[in-house]
Amino acid sequence: MGFMDGDLAAIWLSLKLASVVTILLLLIGTPLAWWLSQTTSRLKVLVSALVALPLILPPTVIGFYLLISMGPNGPLGQVSHALGLGGLAFTFWGLVIGSMIYSLPFVVQPLQNAFEAIGKRPLEIAYTLRATPWDRFISVVVPLAKPGFITAAVLGFAHTIGEFGVVLMIGGNIPDETRVVSIQIYNHVEALNYTGAYWLSAIMVLFALLTLLIIYRYQQRQSAIGMRF
Amino acid sequence: MQQAKPEIKLKLKHAQKPNGFSLDIDISLPSHGVSAIFGASGSGKTSLLRCIAGLEKADHGHIQLNETIWQSSQSGIFVPPYKRAIGYIFQEASLFTHLTAGDNLQYAIKRAAKFGGQPKNNIDYKALISLMGIEPILNQYPAQLSGGERQRVAMARALLSQPQLLLMDEPLAALDYERKREILPYLERIRDDYKIPIIYVSHAIDEVARLADHLVVLDQGRVTHQGKLADVLGQIEPPLALGEDVGIVLHARLRMRDLDWHLVELAFDGGALWTADDGDRLNAKIRLRILARDVSLTKQASAKTTSILNSLPAKITAIVPDQHKAFALVQLKVGNSVILARVTAKSAALLDLKLGDNVWANVKSVSIIR
Repeated sequence: MGFMDGDLAAIWLSLKLASVVTILLLLIGTPLAWWLSQTTSRLKVLVSALVALPLILPPTVIGFYLLISMGPNGPLGQVSHALGLGGLAFTFWGLVIGSMIYSLPFVVQPLQNAFEAIGKRPLEIAYTLRATPWDRFISVVVPLAKPGFITAAVLGFAHTIGEFGVVLMIGGNIPDETRVVSIQIYNHVEALNYTGAYWLSAIMVLFALLTLLIIYRYQQRQSAIGMRF
Repeated sequence: MQQAKPEIKLKLKHAQKPNGFSLDIDISLPSHGVSAIFGASGSGKTSLLRCIAGLEKADHGHIQLNETIWQSSQSGIFVPPYKRAIGYIFQEASLFTHLTAGDNLQYAIKRAAKFGGQPKNNIDYKALISLMGIEPILNQYPAQLSGGERQRVAMARALLSQPQLLLMDEPLAALDYERKREILPYLERIRDDYKIPIIYVSHAIDEVARLADHLVVLDQGRVTHQGKLADVLGQIEPPLALGEDVGIVLHARLRMRDLDWHLVELAFDGGALWTADDGDRLNAKIRLRILARDVSLTKQASAKTTSILNSLPAKITAIVPDQHKAFALVQLKVGNSVILARVTAKSAALLDLKLGDNVWANVKSVSIIR
């Protein structure tokens, strides 16, 4: 095996980052996707575009702006300093914030599609059966949108695992803090350790394939993977 | 405090954006029995029902069930649908697809139990599922059920939410003829076994004639006729635009049975009619329907030279042109009841039919609808 200690640490860090980001994104993305699926507000177009922006922008652009805003004079940096958390750039939590922005559309769009696919009728039925809005969301929307939640979680997780550009810009290359798998592969190649790069890359390919298998398994009846570009 | 009359008050103005006309209604419905809202598609009847349920908020209006106000624009009251004691039956199958039939019923039961502030009807679960004949299918998912079964479960579910008012939006319209025949008796059982007022929206006059006690006719968002079913169906000024289906309903009693000829005699307020014996018991209350096109008129009592069995002495109370120019609609008084006849305008002229004339109404066909 061509594994080195640094490889396992990188895999562990990637899994930790992706887990934290996925959980936080589901918490934030669910109300956002619900609002997008129900609203008739004119703001919908603008918010949809902002949510989809990371799909189009080069990760380095996102990373660059995040780096600036996380600096001592940037808005994120000032907030974190005011809260006594210190700087965000080149830290794990800085990566979490960056990854959340980077992976946002991969969570919000499948959820929004799943919510829209439910249609108005089940929601109205729940209302006529005395379900309050919150009750209705838990008892009708969540179970009917279950494939959407699974897709959102898997895509959000997988996309965060595969992130490189944003990490490089705002995280750098610090072992156990910001050195995730994609960075580690880059390090191996830079050091001409092709065997190490080969093994890690193979793991990534298998992981990506597994991810897509899960998604297609749960989305048999829905078109594609619930993303709109 | 002044005691409010037990009734359903509906006063509302509501713009229908896609159709380009608005609802403008000010009526009171009795808070018992079946009130049918009848009208062509696009007449606003479903919107009216949705406003009553609170699924749509009327732009301006007052909606009240007995003492409970659900919307009052004047006082700024709008009670959300989940706080209104209604049961709503939608046109198409409306079960939650992620729950079994039984769990769909439990969904309503749980929430009705938590729902405070309103008296409960105490609709019994066991009695209801046997009444609706759904006991054997409770473990199945909606996808495994037929359209008729789904609609029966949906009706049971609406009742188990312990409503003070049942709203039905064309519950038979999405079903084929056989399924309709399967469901209608269940609707009648709900009407007869539970003392819950029902507002029944439909564009099918045969359903209305069979089920309704009270009738409201909507056209372009306005009420054109309202009152007791028999009164409204007998009205011809203005005529109901029913074409071939113009006809009246009589409430009768099975008075006599002729075993030799397999006929029964149905007595109504003003006369009696013979019709085929369908096996109803003696003294049964019968609702019967006579279409205007099945009634012809003669100036003299017919000699025994006709195959028509039922000939009733009648007095002409109104004559108006029919929707089709070839015909005239004649309103007749038979005792205290009203019957309509649809004759050709030419016959009316040749017979010289006039208001107040005494004629004989020959009834070719009577259908027992209950």
